[in-house]
Amino acid sequence: MTRLRDALVAGLALLAGKIGGTRESRGRIVPEQPAEPRAELLVLLLLGLASAGAVAFIVLYAVSIPSQTQYLGLSLGLSLLFVAAALIVTSHRLVVTEELEEDYPPEEHVAEQERVVQLLEEGGDRLTRRRLFRLGLLGAGGTLGLALLTPVLSLGPFFETKLYLGTPWRRGRRLVDENGRPWRADDIERDDFYTAFAEGADMEELGSPLVLVRLPPGDLRLPEHLRGYDAGGIVAYSKICTHAGCAIAMYRAPLFQPAEPRPALVCPCHYSTFDPATGGAVLFGPAGRPLPMLPIEADGRGFLRAKGNFDGPVGPSWWGVRMWRPNP
Amino acid sequence: MIRGAVRYIDRRSRTAPFVRKALRYVFPDHWSFLLGEVALYAFIVLVATGIYLTLFFVDSTAPTVYHGPYLPLQGQHMSEAYASVVNISTTVKAGLLIRQTHHWAANVFIAAIVLHLFRIFFTGAYRKPRELTYLIGVTMLTLALLEAYLGYSMVDDLLSGMGLAIGWSVGMSIPFFGANLMSLLFHGPFPGQSALWPRMYVAHVFLLPVLIGTLLALHLTLVALRHHTQFRRRRETERRVVGVPAWPGQTPRSLGLAFATAGVLFLLGGLVQTNPVWLWGPYHMYVATNGAQPDWYLGWLIGGLRLMPGFDVVIDGYTLVPNPFWGGVAFPVVVLGFVYLWPWIERRFTGDEAYHNIVERPRDAPWRTAVGIGVLSWVFIVFVAGSSDRAAVLFGLSYTGQIWFYRVAALVLPFVFGLIAYRVCNGLVAGERVEEDRKRAEAEARLAHAEAVTKP
Repeated sequence: MTRLRDALVAGLALLAGKIGGTRESRGRIVPEQPAEPRAELLVLLLLGLASAGAVAFIVLYAVSIPSQTQYLGLSLGLSLLFVAAALIVTSHRLVVTEELEEDYPPEEHVAEQERVVQLLEEGGDRLTRRRLFRLGLLGAGGTLGLALLTPVLSLGPFFETKLYLGTPWRRGRRLVDENGRPWRADDIERDDFYTAFAEGADMEELGSPLVLVRLPPGDLRLPEHLRGYDAGGIVAYSKICTHAGCAIAMYRAPLFQPAEPRPALVCPCHYSTFDPATGGAVLFGPAGRPLPMLPIEADGRGFLRAKGNFDGPVGPSWWGVRMWRPNP
Repeated sequence: MIRGAVRYIDRRSRTAPFVRKALRYVFPDHWSFLLGEVALYAFIVLVATGIYLTLFFVDSTAPTVYHGPYLPLQGQHMSEAYASVVNISTTVKAGLLIRQTHHWAANVFIAAIVLHLFRIFFTGAYRKPRELTYLIGVTMLTLALLEAYLGYSMVDDLLSGMGLAIGWSVGMSIPFFGANLMSLLFHGPFPGQSALWPRMYVAHVFLLPVLIGTLLALHLTLVALRHHTQFRRRRETERRVVGVPAWPGQTPRSLGLAFATAGVLFLLGGLVQTNPVWLWGPYHMYVATNGAQPDWYLGWLIGGLRLMPGFDVVIDGYTLVPNPFWGGVAFPVVVLGFVYLWPWIERRFTGDEAYHNIVERPRDAPWRTAVGIGVLSWVFIVFVAGSSDRAAVLFGLSYTGQIWFYRVAALVLPFVFGLIAYRVCNGLVAGERVEEDRKRAEAEARLAHAEAVTKP
């Protein structure tokens, strides 16, 4: 082992000597510093460990099933870290450590700046109507820029904002669950929370999903314009939060009266909290509008049906959200 | 062999003088100067792992039914995009390692940029003649945030879909044309995803990386043209730069840092789970989960959205400012605007037009430090507010109580922290002055004593 080490060190020293020897005749650029055989050995050891890690990665990849992520990461990461350690030992103990000093570059080149200005100005000497030229260039550049930007409008219907008002709800349309099974009024129980969709419509359409909850009819305090929107205490609101478009996925039914006196619909993104008893009014959180309410009724066979469309547009607020009602 | 290569290249490119100068480029030595380098190496890891992922990712929301080996998702309806990421994570050999390393690298990339920005800000390294370097750096941070957001929005798992819905709503909230802009980008109302996916994909894997890469090259070129800044220690002055040459001193150090960064990222990617998308399930517009949190670098925005009291600014039926605008647009614009404009704001107050190569310690510029700490604590309080739902679950604190606390704290505490920072800076400087005076007095006393002794 010692002989191997000696041979290794001797070889490296020979190599170093050879390079150093040819340099010496010209005078060195980098100052001379003594060799550190022990550090060299350490670096070689670290590089050996890095190789071992890399080989381990290849072997693990070849033999393992894909879920062996931990071993793969460990072998590759350690291999890279061993290379890093080798380099850091090299930088501290094996390369010449020196401190250089030099001037910062000059602050500016005043004469050259003048020359550049002169060049630019003299190049345009023959122009007499400069301001008109500037205007012409500006006009051509501006209009051409606009022309080149115009095709961007093909990306989507920039001017059609009424498309945000569309919902699949019509008078008589049934409320169905995720699997298309119609909801009956009897299915909806108190202190529970149901998702409904427009029968036959795309479930991923913004205006389709509803939250359904049943409240004791005596607890309902719907405002004037929403009177009769409930079906015997069952109320239906758009499931899309009017703040930032997330799904209203939580129903806070009062288990502890002093802290939570009344039920509330809550969006888990920013905790906008809506009151199902008063037409979806905002109780807390950042939403700026109540939840749109859908008028519903139970038909003769007990199925829940829409009596019309929402009382306001579905989804987050935008500039026209209070100007129109949902279609149709 | 080395001689042969050098000769070959110089004879064809005549760059030997430039290479010689570059090899002796002087790097001032301070640990905080390595933060930018960590960001650079994280970016390289991001590009390398990202290219690998593009070979397996499908940028389509075409519906598909999952029939892979991961049983809990068996038979579920999902987009091809989500299915391909589940596939990368479960069936592609080393796929999960590369994916998690990519995600970790994104987190570290932005963290390193932010820490680098703190260093530049609090030492005044952005001052003349390095304002352009600074502007490009802040632009890269902004682009990196967008790039990272697109990266996890493309996956189309439940969390990414919720994030996309929020992003869409924030876009909708821009006064006058937000709804139009979103209609253009999404090709119709949300979730108009089929058109959106190729757009997000080309932006995430091509436009933004190329833009960041180009700015990175420009950033480094400007740094090298003006040379690094340095702290004043012994021989350092505004005119003389002191440090380790690129070759041989700095090269193994910097390479060591590169390998260390990559090594740590692969260890994280292999050993520490991040964004386990197979657990979140596919996104559907009518589904949401409680306790949803974005990656850390968007925490300040979710905090801003949550803290805002619930109102839209409405004038006669026209909704001028929908609520998400404040937290999602105005807040980041004010913060990033402050960061962008700070060099000029400061110059207006100090009237400092001089060239600076020596950076200052935070205590040497108490006003800058105070303002910086004030703004930073403002953003940080809002950031912490973004996690109030987790605090409610973990510590049983009332959510509404926390929000009210943070609403007040975000308005009051930045001034308190700024004032404290100002006082601490002045105290440290005064302490140093006392120490110097004491040393000088001691030296004089010793001298006087020596003179007294030598006199007969």
